[in-house]
Amino acid sequence: MTMKPLLAASTAVMLAGPVLAEPQAEVLHWWTSGGEARSVAVLQEQFAAEGGSWTDMPVAGGGGDAAMTALRARVLSGNAPTAVQLKGPAIQEWYEETGLADIGPVAEENGWEAVLPVRIAEHMQCEGQWCAAPVNVHRVNWIWGNKQILDEHGIAMPTTWEEFNAAAETLKAAGVTPLAHGGQSWQDATVFETVVLGLGGPEFYQQALVDLDPQALNSDTMRQVFDQMRVIRGYVDDNFSGRDWNLATAMVMNGEAAFQIMGDWAKGEFLAADKKPGVDFVCAETPGGGFLYNVDSFAFFKVDGDDRQQGQALLARLIMGEGFQKTFNLNKGSIPARTDVALDEFDDCARQSAEAMNAGAENGSLLPSYAHGMALRGAPAGAITDVVTAHFNSDMTSDEAVEQLANAVASAM
Amino acid sequence: MEWLERNVPKLVLAPSFVAILVFVYGFIAWTAWISLTRSRLMPRYEFEGIGQYERLFAAPRWDVAMDNLFIFGGLFIVISMVIGLMLAIFLDQRIRAEGVLRTVYLYPMALSLIVTGTAWKWILNPGLGIQATVRSWGFENFTFDWLIRPEMAIYTIVLAAVWQASGFVMALFLAGLRSVDTEIIRAAQVDGIPTHRIYSAIIIPTMAPIFLSAFIVLAHLAIKAFDLVIALTNGGPGYATDLPATYMYAMAFSRGDLGQAAASAMVMMMVIFAIVVPYLYSELRPRHDK
Repeated sequence: MTMKPLLAASTAVMLAGPVLAEPQAEVLHWWTSGGEARSVAVLQEQFAAEGGSWTDMPVAGGGGDAAMTALRARVLSGNAPTAVQLKGPAIQEWYEETGLADIGPVAEENGWEAVLPVRIAEHMQCEGQWCAAPVNVHRVNWIWGNKQILDEHGIAMPTTWEEFNAAAETLKAAGVTPLAHGGQSWQDATVFETVVLGLGGPEFYQQALVDLDPQALNSDTMRQVFDQMRVIRGYVDDNFSGRDWNLATAMVMNGEAAFQIMGDWAKGEFLAADKKPGVDFVCAETPGGGFLYNVDSFAFFKVDGDDRQQGQALLARLIMGEGFQKTFNLNKGSIPARTDVALDEFDDCARQSAEAMNAGAENGSLLPSYAHGMALRGAPAGAITDVVTAHFNSDMTSDEAVEQLANAVASAM
Repeated sequence: MEWLERNVPKLVLAPSFVAILVFVYGFIAWTAWISLTRSRLMPRYEFEGIGQYERLFAAPRWDVAMDNLFIFGGLFIVISMVIGLMLAIFLDQRIRAEGVLRTVYLYPMALSLIVTGTAWKWILNPGLGIQATVRSWGFENFTFDWLIRPEMAIYTIVLAAVWQASGFVMALFLAGLRSVDTEIIRAAQVDGIPTHRIYSAIIIPTMAPIFLSAFIVLAHLAIKAFDLVIALTNGGPGYATDLPATYMYAMAFSRGDLGQAAASAMVMMMVIFAIVVPYLYSELRPRHDK
């Protein structure tokens, strides 16, 4: 691992004569699968084209758990990587533990403030200074539908949860599985947060899942949310336990199920199978609207040496560059975090997403996804997920669930 | 020279002694310390008290994990021993093709627990495995959906673990059966004692040490069971099949809650001590009957 930059540096010196400080970056990330790996390669190429030397440190596994373990070991040994794929409040948590580098000069020079929605910009700042750069914006609250099935049964994409329930009953009566779902706790949590947003509205969502207001957690609205979760449980097929999200997407694709509630990474699965948006599948915001975002970003740790600091600055500039934001997100299925990137090459779903993001930034319905680690730190988020998934997978009553939720959150604070 | 002769064993043992001292007991002490702090993402060393333990015992998920450990551990050890003993006794009847049968039963042990877990996940999946197969034979009402029922899912883990381990227990017992002095058995047969009495009164009692070894091997398999759960149910449905080991992993590596993970690790260790200490005591006490 340490030989590589050394070798690269020494060959560069031999070839180019005395170079004072070549930008160096060691980048820890967990984008290792197909489209994601291609997306990182784009960044790598641009970095090299600007004369930098990039040391790739991909750590796959566990949805980033393995990478976080590697990061902990590196930080404990006093040798943090230059840039690390981190997101949400974890950035601030790391800032409190070890401090992060200040990339304010790059941000100001390139006018980040003006092109990022305020809520997203806040995630990139630690005590007012810029310490991370956003790569993309995933919208979590999408509902995907199989066009053919919906047309066959005369169903429009639901805009309220009552409509959803009515549509699901029709489908169930016709022998179609209404909702494709995978019984993994993060998927249960994903459905849960869309129901919280849909039934409670943006303000309630903010109080309950971002501010963890005990009153909101213990409210009648929360009880209704759990009631709705119980209803949804009835619309899922029997074999959902442990199913991966992409297999659930495949069920919608193959006509085995009508809907799936999943973030816009599901679109990648449809597109990879040559399905056309609007023709084979439909995308719509989940009942009740709003915009739950999941923003991937790179945080910059404190490093020594001119070359590595220059590497950070260069990386930060490239990540927020319009070119990279466009290519990366075309590959990954998300939308650029910058609001000023032209979306001509993006598909309809992505354009709809961008519109909703801008509207949400105006009217306050642009909210962080709790299920994807954007709203809360690990411990309270995990405590909520435990209750949600225990309720969804058992016959727990809504009253019990609400009580457990309030207790779990209180003890995880 | 003489000094060297006397001290070579100590010198040779010293490195491993130091290694164990640091990497086992040192880290146990470190974990104990962390469990008394408010460590989250990174270890912090300010003493806080027993707050982590209070949180741990208040967590419904930890209750489930501990209950599961006792259900799983108890059933796994007992069923594996019973099946292993039965198989061994049947194989001991000088039957034909014993070598082949022995290999057949022993083979599951050669598989990694991840493979066992994944295979059983498919076998037990109601839409793919046994239930779907039997239904396709025409028994439309046949139901076998333990895997997706929270209150039954822990038994699927017992099932897979027993399948994996009972062949190994059989091999242990078979070796034990074969080591019983044939003279005694012949003498008993000459006296006209029925076969089942020979087993229950002579052979099995002489095999007591084998039972103990089997118990120790199975108990440590049960307590370290982690990969099987991860592959078979991943703790689900919900967290119905969580074990203390998976709880600790979730806290330490997914949630950035090191203090909580350390507290759960300490409780796990105490459970192991509760089992091992009586065993050590009974093994190490001076024997008067010899």
